[in-house]
Amino acid sequence: MTWTTEQMARRAAREIPAGTIVNLGIGMPTQVADYLPEGHAWLHSENGLLGTGPFPFEGDEDPNLINAGKQTVTVLPGGSTFDSAQSFAMIRGRHVDLAILGAMQISVAGDLANWAVPGGKVMGIGGAMDLASGASRVIAMMQHVTKKGEHKLVARCDYPLTAVGVVALVITDYGVFEPTGRAFRVVELAPGIAREHAAASTGAPLV
Amino acid sequence: MIGKHGDKVVGSIAEALAPLSDGMTILVGGFGLSGNPEALIRGVVERGVRGLTLVSNNAGNLGKGLATWLRAGIIRKVICSYIGNNDDLHTRMASGEVEVEITPQGTLAERMRAAGAGIPAFYTPTGAGTVVERGKEVRELDGRRYILEQALPGDVALVRAAVSDRFGNLRFWRTARNFNPVMASAAKLSIVECDRLVDNGAIDPDDVHLPGIFVHRIVHVPDHENAFEYKTVRKRP
Repeated sequence: MTWTTEQMARRAAREIPAGTIVNLGIGMPTQVADYLPEGHAWLHSENGLLGTGPFPFEGDEDPNLINAGKQTVTVLPGGSTFDSAQSFAMIRGRHVDLAILGAMQISVAGDLANWAVPGGKVMGIGGAMDLASGASRVIAMMQHVTKKGEHKLVARCDYPLTAVGVVALVITDYGVFEPTGRAFRVVELAPGIAREHAAASTGAPLV
Repeated sequence: MIGKHGDKVVGSIAEALAPLSDGMTILVGGFGLSGNPEALIRGVVERGVRGLTLVSNNAGNLGKGLATWLRAGIIRKVICSYIGNNDDLHTRMASGEVEVEITPQGTLAERMRAAGAGIPAFYTPTGAGTVVERGKEVRELDGRRYILEQALPGDVALVRAAVSDRFGNLRFWRTARNFNPVMASAAKLSIVECDRLVDNGAIDPDDVHLPGIFVHRIVHVPDHENAFEYKTVRKRP
C-alpha cells in the first residue's frame, strides 16, 4: 500500500525540528501544519505573515488575513505581519530554516521542477524559486509517479527548473528518498512497497 | 512653486488619477484580491487611459480587481509573479493581446525595493539555472551562481492603506500590506486609497508602517468590498 496524503504529511512533519521557521508550499505541503504539535515551529507565509495559525472559526474570517494560497487563516500570539520585500528578505537572506514544497520532477542532483508543465498552461512562479534557492533546507513532497505512470524522480529533469541542486529530501507516497548526485538513496519505504517496485517506478538508480 | 509634499488629500478618485496618461507603467498593490486599492482600480478604467504596463503580483482574479483592466483592454503588458486561475490573463496571454513577463515573487518585490532605494540592479541566486536567467548577466560569487536583475520603477503606484494621516504616513492591516509599501517607494507618483483618514499626529511616529515621504496623493475611501478568494474556516468547538 502506498502512503495516503495524510500519511505523507505526517511523515513530513517529523522532518521539522522544534523551534524552527518553516514555509509550507501551496497544496499538499500546507497539510503538514495539521500534524505539528502546538508551538512546535513558526510557519512563514510569503505574502507577509510569520506565525500563521489555523483556519479561523466560521464568522471570524478576514479577507485581508490570508496565507500564500490565499486561504483565510489566523495569526498566532507572537506572530507578525510585514511587506513582501521584507518577507522575501527573510527567505532570500536564509532566515527560513526549511521549505516544504510540492514538486513535479526531482533529479538525482536535487534539481527541482515544480512550476510549469511543458506545453501546459503556465501558472506562474510565485514564491517557488525564491523558496527553493533561499530556504536553508528544501524538502519536496509529491506522488511518486504521474497519473499516467511516468517517472517523477528522474536522472535529469525535462520540465522547466525551479532551482538547481537544492532538494535535500523527497517524500512520496512510496517512501522517503534522498538525492545523492548519482542516485536516490532509500531512506524509508511505505509499508507494502517492495524495493523492486520502487526501483521500477524511479527514473534513476535507487540505492 | 509647491513641492510634492504640500496638501496631498484630494476629494475624488477622478482628481487623484488626473495625472495618468497612456502608456504609463503602473504599480498596483495587492496579493490576489487582498489589499487592493479597489476604488483607484475602478477609477483607472473610467479615466480612459490605455496601453498600460501593469505591475502586480497576480493581475486580479475571479473577474475582480485588476481583471477588470484586462477586460477593458487597457493593458499592453503585465509584469507579475503568478497567474494561477486568472483566466482573464490566460486568454489574453494566449491570444497575444497582452505581453506577460513572469518574475519570481521575491525578485519582483526586490526590483521595486531597489528602484525606491536608488539601486539600479542587484545580483540574486533566485532563478539561476532556470528560464529566468535568459538574457541576463550571470556571475559567480563565492562559488555560487547569481543573476543580475534590474530595478523596476513605476510612473504611478496605486496603494491601499488601512490608515493614512494627511502627510501620508501609512498603516496597513494584516496581510493587506504585501506589495503596497515597496510600490509606493518605487513610483514617481504614488496615490493612496485609505480606509480611514486621520489628522497628522494621530499616528504615533513609532507606529508608522510607511513614512509619508513615499506618498503624494491621498484619497479617503471608507467602504471596500474586500472580496474573499478562498474562504477557509473550521467549525467552532
